[in-house]
Amino acid sequence: MTARTIWRKSLNALMLSITGICALVTVSTLFLILGFLVWNGARSLHWTFFTNLPAPTGEIGGGIANAILGSAKLLLVAASIGIPIGLIGAIYLAEYAGAKWAFFIRYAADLMNGVPSIVIGIFAYTIVVVSMHHFSALAGGFALGIMMIPVILRSCEEFLKAVPRSLREGAMALGASKWRTILTVVVPAASGGIITAILLALARVAGETAPLLFTAFGNQFWSSGFNQPTAALPVVIYNYAMSSYEDLHQQAWAAGLVLLGLVLVTNLLTRMVLGRQTAQGR
Amino acid sequence: MISVPSVPAGAPKETAQDLPMRMKVSNLDFYYGKTQALFKVNVNIATNRVTALIGPSGCGKSTLLRTFNRMHETLSHTRLTGTIQLDGEDILRQDVTRLRRRIGMVFQRPNPFPKSIYDNVAYGLRVNGHKKALHDAVEHSLRRAALWEEVKDRLNKSAYGLSGGQQQRLCIARALAVDPEVLLLDEPCSALDPISTAKIEELLIQLKENCTIVIVTHNMQQAARVSDFTAFMLTGELVEFSPTPHLFTTPTDPRTEAYITGRFG
Repeated sequence: MTARTIWRKSLNALMLSITGICALVTVSTLFLILGFLVWNGARSLHWTFFTNLPAPTGEIGGGIANAILGSAKLLLVAASIGIPIGLIGAIYLAEYAGAKWAFFIRYAADLMNGVPSIVIGIFAYTIVVVSMHHFSALAGGFALGIMMIPVILRSCEEFLKAVPRSLREGAMALGASKWRTILTVVVPAASGGIITAILLALARVAGETAPLLFTAFGNQFWSSGFNQPTAALPVVIYNYAMSSYEDLHQQAWAAGLVLLGLVLVTNLLTRMVLGRQTAQGR
Repeated sequence: MISVPSVPAGAPKETAQDLPMRMKVSNLDFYYGKTQALFKVNVNIATNRVTALIGPSGCGKSTLLRTFNRMHETLSHTRLTGTIQLDGEDILRQDVTRLRRRIGMVFQRPNPFPKSIYDNVAYGLRVNGHKKALHDAVEHSLRRAALWEEVKDRLNKSAYGLSGGQQQRLCIARALAVDPEVLLLDEPCSALDPISTAKIEELLIQLKENCTIVIVTHNMQQAARVSDFTAFMLTGELVEFSPTPHLFTTPTDPRTEAYITGRFG
């Protein structure tokens, strides 16, 4: 072997190990986080953790049932804002918008996606909290819904555009109007992708804390309806982690584990939905 | 340049002039943006006969076919001058939905919708406002497309479970469900194997009993097998239009002869 070959081979080996190490770091970070959460939080994971209210300050134990329900309520409000606007906007973008207008909308959506979540929180505070004069699940859900719009818009647009032109032509050749073609052929053909986009957007905003701090605010107790301040998983984690009680620290880890578990399950679900779609032969 | 269908002396017994015409295309020019794709095309489509459009890739045969049901309007920046008549009426002045109901279309690649076999066939009926008694119409169309026996036990299964040839016959059934007067086929067999192709060709010959058929094909043998009339196109012009046996045995234009004897294309 000449010196040059040796040099090439060792350079190759070096680059291979660097890329390999970076990939390994990425994967192991996820498992490290999971391991941390399990190690620190598993002790608090008793079934009462899911069914009980938080214990009064100073007492050991208690659960986060109100935060789980609160997060669910917030996501419901967020979904009822983010899904219709995002999806219908995506239909407009993919099917109707002219090139310049589409570029503008896409650009605006990408900018909106980059707006810090705390700023979205201030926006929701000004619009909803100030006019209602109190914190509420509605305000928190509004903030999360705003955050969902650009995520759903951009990903649904991609899935709608991926529907082959031949399907649209097939419907139009049978006399279907453009709107009817979109509704009965294009959207159903993209439904797997659309469901995935929605689930991923929900999973993303489920973990948002900043927009909730001065909209949903938090609550030690059950909140009825959508008109009162409500507890939410990420806010509970934030508050407990900031407290000075060891038991609450453990509960914060446990709540983190629950939240991450939910997000992971959502991701697995989307994989299944997409996997089934591809198995159908598209 | 032969621009009007002509049948010279000694042509086979059936001539274009003797037949009722379902469609008449006159002086058709077509543009994609600034590019002209069709030049002064004149062609008549005989009722309940098969008319084939042949020619090399890019000669405009698909473009011509797609003007017949105004599918060109789904693309932006297209322009058309001249007239296309269906039963004596200008198609450009008709409601496009009703027109497309009267003129069905089958595409190059099978394009079933991601729905069940039943819903695929029923789609055109539902779009046209039919609500009841769809089942009989679905069965009738599937029978006409010679697919009923193969799918009758799986009507509610996804259309994607069918083979390519079955999918294409499903698309034909879907087009037939609204009972069109004219069926346009844009290279319907180019993605199929020889056995599926043979089935579809056989089907076309049966269908022409009560349907006018226009087929674009790359395959000259296919045109010879299934069609009554053949139009040969080259670079956007209609070079020759004659009864099929005539065009393939005694072409008048040297370019037609060059093409059918395989000297180019």
